[in-house]
Amino acid sequence: MTALLSITGVTAFYGAVQALRGVDLEVGKGEIVALIGSNGAGKSTLMMSIFGAPRVRDGKILFDGQDITHMPTHEIARLSIAQSPEGRRIFSRMTVYENLQMGAAVAGYAGFEANLEKVFAIFPRLKERLKQRGGTLSGGEQQMLAIARALMSNPKLLLLDEPSLGLAPLVCKQIFETVKRLNEQEGLSVFLVEQDAHHALKLAHRAYVLVNGAVTMSGRGADLLRDPKVRAAYLEGGAH
Amino acid sequence: MEIFLQQLINGVTLGSIYGLIAIGYTMVFGIIGMVNFAHGDVFMLSAFIALLLLLLLTQMLGLAAAPAFVVALVASMALTALWNFAIERVAYRRLRGSFRLAPLISAIGMSTFLANFVTVTQGPNNKSIPPMWDQVIAITSGGAYDVTLSYKQILIVAVTGALLAAFWFVVQKTPLGRAQRACEQDAKMAALLGVDVNRTVALTFVIGAALAAVAGSLYLLQYGVVKSSDGFVPGVKAFTAAVLGGIGSLPGAVLGGLLIGLIETMWGQYFGSDYKDVAAFSVLAITLIFMPSGLMGRPDVEKV
Ligand SMILES: Nc1ncnc2c1ncn2[C@@H]1O[C@H](COP(=O)(O)OP(=O)(O)OP(=O)(O)O)[C@@H](O)[C@H]1O
Ligand SMILES: [Mg+2]
Repeated sequence: MTALLSITGVTAFYGAVQALRGVDLEVGKGEIVALIGSNGAGKSTLMMSIFGAPRVRDGKILFDGQDITHMPTHEIARLSIAQSPEGRRIFSRMTVYENLQMGAAVAGYAGFEANLEKVFAIFPRLKERLKQRGGTLSGGEQQMLAIARALMSNPKLLLLDEPSLGLAPLVCKQIFETVKRLNEQEGLSVFLVEQDAHHALKLAHRAYVLVNGAVTMSGRGADLLRDPKVRAAYLEGGAH
Repeated sequence: MEIFLQQLINGVTLGSIYGLIAIGYTMVFGIIGMVNFAHGDVFMLSAFIALLLLLLLTQMLGLAAAPAFVVALVASMALTALWNFAIERVAYRRLRGSFRLAPLISAIGMSTFLANFVTVTQGPNNKSIPPMWDQVIAITSGGAYDVTLSYKQILIVAVTGALLAAFWFVVQKTPLGRAQRACEQDAKMAALLGVDVNRTVALTFVIGAALAAVAGSLYLLQYGVVKSSDGFVPGVKAFTAAVLGGIGSLPGAVLGGLLIGLIETMWGQYFGSDYKDVAAFSVLAITLIFMPSGLMGRPDVEKV
């Protein structure tokens, strides 16, 4: 399998604090890859560093064979990588519709109407809220909007940082099913950070465990799900 | 009554000009959180460029007033925009993200530089253009006082109105305007969506300068004179307008401009023109103390 995203030896700092300590990770074309780890492990930092914010200090990031390590953030976005970031980051003084337009802009609004129908099919709630300001949506609705916004640009690689956060279990399940369907039907590659390790590992083809800024384990999702160390740290107690 | 009506007309004219300048303050503040203290001087610079071109075109090349004014206006917009583009690049961009006072101090430096540069090259005194379009329409006649509306006043209000409508459309309805608003709300997220934040900020400075240049050219047309220190007082008044309207709010800037224009002319009429500047600055102080988010400040309905 050819790697769509390849991260090697990446380190990142916030001032003097080191958040990533030499991370190696790959997402293949057509793969769903999950990243799990406890709070503060550096998962969101890794997601954002793919976009150069924060900029990595050492190491290399390749997307589709192209070195993007030092590329400006907005240019990386133009390579058809989309992110639904931590904290959702909805434009709160823009309407739902305008937020979706913002998502589509980078792709020159290619297939805008079709994409709109697609995200409405996934999140019918958004269609009802189209004229409402982003800031007045409920937390769960904002999460839906963040994912929908990312899908508006026809991405090849979708980065999802805790998509299930704040969502009702049913909606959560629906999102995971959507990710799976987009992956199977459209070949969308997905790199996903998730607190809900159980569901993430079940969904993902492969997964990585991040501890204190370094990858400590990786393998097939199903294998990690059975691994006693993973179970002890991330599944038992919180498991369903 | 007639006098009140006359001052109403004068106040709206002056207020239009303040409103156009205030937009530059409010947009820059909205997108990078900086009070661009050099903006008033950009207005003054634009008036000087228009003045020099008008004199050149009418006196030396013998062009008629109307085409000369159009050329002067457009050239002034272009050159002023270029100037603001350059200072953003040189004096502000690198200071973004450093401590809050840094760009402010840099802006004061640019303001001082420009005001002094113009003083040195053009002298400190008023420079004037020959009178043009002095026709007036009498609105009332036969009373103690004839209320008039000049062609220039009509032109100023009409140009301002048309420009604001076009500008409002760009900000609200075009991809460019959306990118601008997105940077204002969350620049990092905008970048994740492919918006070139630096370019958008630069564009904001360019648009702000172009609007200030329209204000500067219209100011010159209306009052006939400009001097190198004219960046300061009208600049602070336009800033007051932006604060009064709610800094960051575009309709607020226009409303604030009109109010400051009216307050100033009315005050000048009824309490003597010696203290008309005091009136405007008192408004600034009162607004900052009692209503810091202004008349149309942001409704904060945000979830975090
Ligand atoms: N802007 C920042 N400035 C300073 N330190 C930061 C910043 N952002 C994150 N950190 C630190 O970097 C480390 C990694 O943070 P990160 O947000 O990547 O963790 P995470 O794995 O996403 O955690 P969570 O599961 O809670 O979202 C943490 O120790 C955090 O305190
Ligand atoms: Mg996180």
